[in-house]
Amino acid sequence: MRVLLSGNEAAARGCYEHGVKVATAYPGTPSTEILENVVNYKDDIYCQWSPNEKVAFEVAMGASFGGVRTIVTMKHVGLNVAADPLMTSTSVGGDGGFVIVTADDPGMHSSQNEQDNRYFAKFAKIPLVEPSDSQETKDYIGAAFEISEKFGTPVLFRLTTRLSHAKTPVELGERVEVERKEYEKDIRRRVVIPAHARRLHVEVEKRLLEIQKFAETSPLNRVEEGNPKVGVISSGIAYQYARDAFPDATFLKLGLSYPFPIEMAKKFCARFETVYIVEENEPFIEEQLRYDGITNIVGKEKVPLCGELNQSIVSRSIDGGEEPDRAAVAPRPPVLCPGCPHRSTFFTLNRLGIGATSDIGCYTLGVMPPLNGIDTTICMGASIGNALGFEKAIGRDFASKMVAVIGDSTFVHSGITGLADVAYNKGATTVIIVDNSITAMTGHQDHPGTGKTLMGETTTKLDYIALAKSLGVKDAREINAYDMAAVKAAIKEAVDSPEPTLLVMQGPCALQVRKTWTEPMAIDAEECVACGLCLKLGCPAISKDENGKSTINPLFCVGEICQMCAQNCPVKCIKPTAKVAA
Amino acid sequence: MEERTTNVFIAGVGGQGILLASEILSDMALAKGLDVKKSEVHGMAQRGGSVVSHVRFGRKVHSPVIAEREADVLVSFEKMEALRWVHYVSPEGTVVVNDQEIVPSGMERYPDGIDEELAKRAPGAHKFDALKLAEEAGHARAVNTVMLGAFSNYLNFTEDEWKSAIEKRVPPKTVDINLKAFELGRKAGAL
Repeated sequence: MRVLLSGNEAAARGCYEHGVKVATAYPGTPSTEILENVVNYKDDIYCQWSPNEKVAFEVAMGASFGGVRTIVTMKHVGLNVAADPLMTSTSVGGDGGFVIVTADDPGMHSSQNEQDNRYFAKFAKIPLVEPSDSQETKDYIGAAFEISEKFGTPVLFRLTTRLSHAKTPVELGERVEVERKEYEKDIRRRVVIPAHARRLHVEVEKRLLEIQKFAETSPLNRVEEGNPKVGVISSGIAYQYARDAFPDATFLKLGLSYPFPIEMAKKFCARFETVYIVEENEPFIEEQLRYDGITNIVGKEKVPLCGELNQSIVSRSIDGGEEPDRAAVAPRPPVLCPGCPHRSTFFTLNRLGIGATSDIGCYTLGVMPPLNGIDTTICMGASIGNALGFEKAIGRDFASKMVAVIGDSTFVHSGITGLADVAYNKGATTVIIVDNSITAMTGHQDHPGTGKTLMGETTTKLDYIALAKSLGVKDAREINAYDMAAVKAAIKEAVDSPEPTLLVMQGPCALQVRKTWTEPMAIDAEECVACGLCLKLGCPAISKDENGKSTINPLFCVGEICQMCAQNCPVKCIKPTAKVAA
Repeated sequence: MEERTTNVFIAGVGGQGILLASEILSDMALAKGLDVKKSEVHGMAQRGGSVVSHVRFGRKVHSPVIAEREADVLVSFEKMEALRWVHYVSPEGTVVVNDQEIVPSGMERYPDGIDEELAKRAPGAHKFDALKLAEEAGHARAVNTVMLGAFSNYLNFTEDEWKSAIEKRVPPKTVDINLKAFELGRKAGAL
């Protein structure tokens, strides 16, 4: 059967068809939907969300030790978190097939940087597999497992946003079971004390040479004949852009691009006067060619390194041509949703003149005007360490001017150690968990704080208050995020206190609340004094009418559950619609 | 139309049902045995931001995104968004626009001059009030099927193919409303 699948759906289908038995991940755009689709095959594949990518990686490694085909998936920056087990796992492979999926984000549609994780393959000395559409994604998952098992190595499998999220046709197949390998204790391979690790490093180098030979003739690397005068080398989604930009050219298409098939590439380059290297972000392929003295190539001196490519950018960069004239249109940035429980925290911080080190999640949108609620955002969990650092640099009093704001899922991911540091090193830091009880930005995934697993089971639920107290943060409290007065009182008290404080601002994600919408709020225009305070909430449901008075869009307002604007209104003119109509 | 690739660029604001519209179109192209690619970005963009979906179909499609100046049809569910993406339309392309105004977050009022600028850049654009037609069909949220109806005039699929594709994708309880919305849109968007 032929169906349309996104790259992520195809990767999940590939896991099913190619006998995967364990799949783990921490959600992160653009990788999230892989595990969200693997769960459709939960009768055959055990799958789980882990608290973070490092743990997900370690669970996957353990499953591979246990002898079954295992996959772990993450976004590009997630591999930074998992880099510690990654760098050593490479020398102890050789059990159940082990594939690591990295979904990179050229163009940074939903990310804080544009790192090109192909370098992780080279750094960790493991093979790199790069598909170019959904069919290849499904097929290459199988190829990656075969390589992993043949050479006893983890394999890095690279997707990018336009592969993960584009739907293309896929021919479905049946599941083929792969036998579990019997576990046998082997400390010389699995215990990396220096004496073992020295020997293992030599073996890794030997293995890499063998895989390099394999790559020279692998069907994943192929020449597609065309115009004998124009040669192009490409991989991944960039191949598709290059295909449109050079419709008639001869292509060397790389699907197993590390260890690099240098002999194949040399032979290819010798056929042309000039060969164009089309790759997104870094000159990964180009560097391999230049290292071996191949000079008749054109790469990053023409093709942009920053940002996402497309066929227009590729052909303009090489053949010239003008960019089309664009209309100047006001931006339409994403914002905190109407009814979002995070709004009260940022509004209150703004009104009190308190800054915030913040973190990765929906609440990063608190940076947008009019909330202007964030001073720093770096990576998962950084908010708490950053806030403590400010305090150590500027003085203890500064803790009353700068708090840490972190989401519930991010706190579990890598905020717990930060909070331990605050208590241990005697900080006065106020840490605010904006707790909507879900991993919201990536589309509502469960985590240890929600009490549910990926496979839909009820489980133990992390107690933030008890955790904080056990770490030594004695003042730890839950607050209703929709109670503006309580939020304000709690923040004021916390920043004035000389002790560290944890405030858990609780309120469900507005996108989930939407299912139970109540009557929207409305503004009584006769009573409204046009003070504009409600507009300072930055709620997309509230705008100004032609008389300068505020008005609420009933299609956007979530109604009774929120009422932040009503609580805030100095003349109390914001009421449920029926009361205004009456 | 099968030999060459057809490019349909769908734009709007998060929450308007753009992705469902592009699913329906892709389903039809796949059912005809064509190569199809459909691309959009998830994540940040859905928090009230600008959303686009690229749909390409034909004998063989490579890039999942449409090149600038190569869209055969630009369908915009919102006026400002039409202007934002109008440089994607080919010189022979068609522009179909919902006359609706959605104030971008962070702005207190809708910006001036959108109609004038759009008239300059897309003089032949078919602009009509899809929200009104959706309400007439039974629900404001049927704006996306009204828009499907409107641009169905410019693609080589039969009315039956459109309707059966819609029936398969929309929630069962809303089939009647959506089919009515499609018909109203098809009339409003006709040449």
